[in-house]
Amino acid sequence: MAKVPVQLTLNGTERAEFIDGGLTLLNALRDRFGDTSPKGGCHQGTCGACSVIVDGDLKLSCLTLAETCNGAHVETTAGLAADGIQHPLQRAFLDGFAAQCGFCTPGMIMAAKALLARVPNPSRDDVVEAISGNICRCTGYEPIIQAILSAARSNSQNAA
Amino acid sequence: MGLTLQSFPAVAEAGAALTAADSRYLGGGTLAVRATNEGDVSFSTLVRVTDPTLGEISVNGSQAHIGASVTMSAITRHPDLAAIAPAARAVGGPAVRNMATVGGNLFAPAPYGDFAVALLALDATVHFSDGTQPIEAFLAIREMLPRGRIVTAVSFTLPPPGTFRFRKVSRVKPKGVSVLTIAAVIGEKDGAISSARIALGCLADRPMRAKAAERALAGKPRTSQGIADALKVSGDGTSPITDAIASGWYRAEVLPVHLKRLLLE
Ligand SMILES: Cc1cc2nc3c(=O)[nH]c(=O)nc-3n(C[C@H](O)[C@H](O)[C@H](O)COP(=O)(O)OP(=O)(O)OC[C@H]3O[C@@H](n4cnc5c(N)ncnc54)[C@H](O)[C@@H]3O)c2cc1C
Ligand code: FES
Ligand code: FES
Repeated sequence: MAKVPVQLTLNGTERAEFIDGGLTLLNALRDRFGDTSPKGGCHQGTCGACSVIVDGDLKLSCLTLAETCNGAHVETTAGLAADGIQHPLQRAFLDGFAAQCGFCTPGMIMAAKALLARVPNPSRDDVVEAISGNICRCTGYEPIIQAILSAARSNSQNAA
Repeated sequence: MGLTLQSFPAVAEAGAALTAADSRYLGGGTLAVRATNEGDVSFSTLVRVTDPTLGEISVNGSQAHIGASVTMSAITRHPDLAAIAPAARAVGGPAVRNMATVGGNLFAPAPYGDFAVALLALDATVHFSDGTQPIEAFLAIREMLPRGRIVTAVSFTLPPPGTFRFRKVSRVKPKGVSVLTIAAVIGEKDGAISSARIALGCLADRPMRAKAAERALAGKPRTSQGIADALKVSGDGTSPITDAIASGWYRAEVLPVHLKRLLLE
């Protein structure tokens, strides 16, 4: 089948690949762009493990066709650490034992990042709402909620 | 089987492409792409329109016009649509709301279609490139639209302050699929209900009106006693869906309970 070109900025780097028509962004990222940080849990929109940020908005990469992201800025957890230094959200997840098997973690972190970009000092309810599309079968959610609140606090301390 | 995406700058060209039997319109893709992921091979071409006007919201006085590609998130953020924002906020989680369009919600089968329930209560008008249709008539024939017919927008009169009521009952909070969804526009004058329009979700395969209850409310005070007759007939004409969330029997049983809470809150 004819390949189609997809050009996007992935975690700040301009990238282009030829992909099969109709490929989801999730499969394109993992199989063509070599970024396996978004996970495929359900491919139905229900688990949130595939969550990425496209042009500033949290999206489910399993339900997004890669071709619709031509020219877009795509952010994944693979792009969070800068010069080997963990992003505050990554640090908070590690420190707070907010990852057990880790399968939900990339999606949780992107959902949290999208929240903190909009609401730098979220309430607990804001956090619960922000990760409501993400399923975790290990942690019971509480460590994740606490980690996101703690990352928000350390962000605002650094900004002060 | 491969899937082809065709993007067109204008509705007319996309409409022409959609006359092919194996094609389907792509809105936000939360249902259409999910269907392909689940192995639905009834279509092999997805057609989308990139015309930015389909993504626009305009509010002039009390008239609201929402393009078909407007997402649920965009509605929740719009300062002039605060009254109906709860209906948009009821759809999925944050990522789903960033993708789910108004156009797609009009076609979503129960248990989905929460925003369409609100639009039915608001007596919205559905726009196509070549005409319009009242939402109630549209919902009745939505699978039978001629091939290539694309919804371009919805429009409605914003409800007067305090008249719009919305309740989605779900088992998982804050995000969960609907057990049932009720939207109502209730006007009151001199201590009595002067107008009532009630729309129900999950009480049939698509949003429907509770017409018997609407009639029974006319002229009554909005009190436990005043609404009692309406609650008795609230299930008239319904055929609730049965799915993994709830049985049809359960949905029918709890409808009057939730309608009561909605009307008295
Ligand atoms: C995890 C998850 C949770 C969800 N939760 C909810 C929920 O709580 N409430 C709810 O209401 N829905 C829910 N949905 C369903 C769905 O996301 C919404 O109904 C959404 O509004 C559908 O819009 P879309 O743009 O994604 O539709 P698409 O998938 O793009 O399209 C759906 C159908 O409508 C047709 N269509 C779309 N737009 C047009 C148009 N303009 N003209 C003609 N035909 C068109 C398409 O051809 C397709 O057949 C959920 C979905 C998922 C995956
Ligand atoms: S893989 Fe996308 S939501 Fe589960
Ligand atoms: S850590 Fe295992 S699913 Fe969340």
